Amino acid sequence: MSVSDNSPEAPDVAAIEARKNLRYYLDQAFYYTTMIFALALAVVLAWIIIQIGITALPAISRFGLDFLASTTWDPVRNIYGILPQIYGTLVSAIIGLVVAVPLGLGIAVFLSEDFLPTYVSTPITFAIELLAAIPSVVIGLWGIFVLIPFLRPFYAFLRQYLGWIPLFGTEPRGNSLLTLGLVLAFMILPLITSISRGTLVSLPPHLRQGAMALGATRWETILRVLIPAGFSGIVGSIMLALGRAMGETMAAAMLVGNANRINISILQPGSTIASLIASQFGEAGRDQVAALLYAGLILMILTLIVNILAEMIIKKFQNVER
Amino acid sequence: MTESSQPHSSGSENIQLDLVLTARTLFGFFMTGLTGLFAAIAIIPLAAIIINVASQGLPLINLNLFTKLPPPPGLSGGGLGNAIVGTLIVLAVAVVISVPIGVLGAVWLSEFGRGSKIAYWVRFSANVLSGVPAIIAGLFSYTIVVMTMGTFSAFAGGVALAVVMLPIVMRTTEEGLVLVPEEVRLAALGLGATRFETVSRVVLPAALPSIATAVTLAVARAGGEAAPLLFTALNNNFWSTDLFRPISTLSVQVYFFAIIPYKPQQELAWAGALVLLSIILIVSIGSRLVTRKKRY
Repeated sequence: MSVSDNSPEAPDVAAIEARKNLRYYLDQAFYYTTMIFALALAVVLAWIIIQIGITALPAISRFGLDFLASTTWDPVRNIYGILPQIYGTLVSAIIGLVVAVPLGLGIAVFLSEDFLPTYVSTPITFAIELLAAIPSVVIGLWGIFVLIPFLRPFYAFLRQYLGWIPLFGTEPRGNSLLTLGLVLAFMILPLITSISRGTLVSLPPHLRQGAMALGATRWETILRVLIPAGFSGIVGSIMLALGRAMGETMAAAMLVGNANRINISILQPGSTIASLIASQFGEAGRDQVAALLYAGLILMILTLIVNILAEMIIKKFQNVER
Repeated sequence: MTESSQPHSSGSENIQLDLVLTARTLFGFFMTGLTGLFAAIAIIPLAAIIINVASQGLPLINLNLFTKLPPPPGLSGGGLGNAIVGTLIVLAVAVVISVPIGVLGAVWLSEFGRGSKIAYWVRFSANVLSGVPAIIAGLFSYTIVVMTMGTFSAFAGGVALAVVMLPIVMRTTEEGLVLVPEEVRLAALGLGATRFETVSRVVLPAALPSIATAVTLAVARAGGEAAPLLFTALNNNFWSTDLFRPISTLSVQVYFFAIIPYKPQQELAWAGALVLLSIILIVSIGSRLVTRKKRY
């Protein structure tokens, strides 16, 4: 990639050579600098796991896997276990998914299958994406002062008429796993909507045309052809949403009630791994910090598994499409 | 809305058939209505949050909010001046760390590494890292900065936010760089430019709007995060511009004021939420408008 060969008089060969070398080395240096920075991102990911793991070692060696099965969190006696937090994390995330998946998928279909002119659907798409941009601490604040008072009568109704179901079997509390689950639903909705919509939009047009040509109605085409064809992208979006829901911290810390117990009723306060870390880290002593880091490591591993699966599913789908 | 209004529909002779309301078309109506309703439901919380935050926060927007310290618990007056300054400082640290790594990493991904195994894994890591909970970034910064230096600090908060921003900056910048047409690079290379010259004088300037978008989006995202700051930047009730001391930030302040039982503090929380929300909405809407412009 040299330009100096065509000089007619070839005046100072040494100078040209030097300049050529300088440009060459600069170019090489640039190449490797950018490559190192690109690799730095992968290194950071690995570094996070290793660093948190190492710092949590005292707690890991002391509690081992019992940490996952114990329900005690006692800073005074220095005994720690996070079963209630694992339970709360999974239950609130599942409530979030149960609400958000049908909503998100329905909206994705509604926005992708040109039911609406673009000047209507574009603002709606944008509005739903904006929902993802709202800081979770603002959502938490709103949840405490607006959503919980709003939901109270609804919870009382659930308790009164569906109280025979263990899920609603206790006196309702505002700060509860159900409240957190509902808030998580709206926080993950944009993720499900935008990825599912992207998947549906990128499906090859002949699928749609073929189904229509066979006489299927638009909704038959959507339900029997397009959704099955885009299934892996949709599943990927749901997995990503699950990872997001499990890791959500501020809304959880503000709305779940931070109660260290397992209760079948979702109208009762609970705790999630993230809310435990957020609410306890500030005042934690040495041993408790190690235990909290251990909890963080568990959360990291859970979300990593979910995210990596999601990535693989989505990648695989994209490869098929190409 | 029947099938006949669609371009896919069969032809003019069949219009009669389409007008018959069969179970199938009724099902179609029902599903369209249902999903439309879903879309309406999804927008309700967004509207509710914006309206509530604006109505609670607007009466409190005055000069004091931006210049005064927060009042002691239970007392009214004061503002969030130190938290606003603190947020800017922590974000500045995060930008200084994450933007060079993110942008140059993206250059490698889009200019040199396209299609390579390494680029695949870097992209994969970026996507996975962006799914890592923000609080984990806080724990990471706690272990590498706070524990090493022995103190909570603005710098530790910046490191934590940099981890949050990095994948966003890298992936969004890469998307912008890929949009620069291949001919532009070939032209530069054909004139005898090295790859460094091509990238620094042609590709990067052309992609500048999308890089700016990437950075502002990442800043907007990080600016709203409280979780990574809870035990890195911690909090500070006083003015501080010291990088190596605890510092107050808007998002953390909103969290603490939301969960204490004093009315004046809760009002400040709403005001802080309004400031945060306005900044983030302006940036998100603005960046969307900017990305529409293309240089080539």
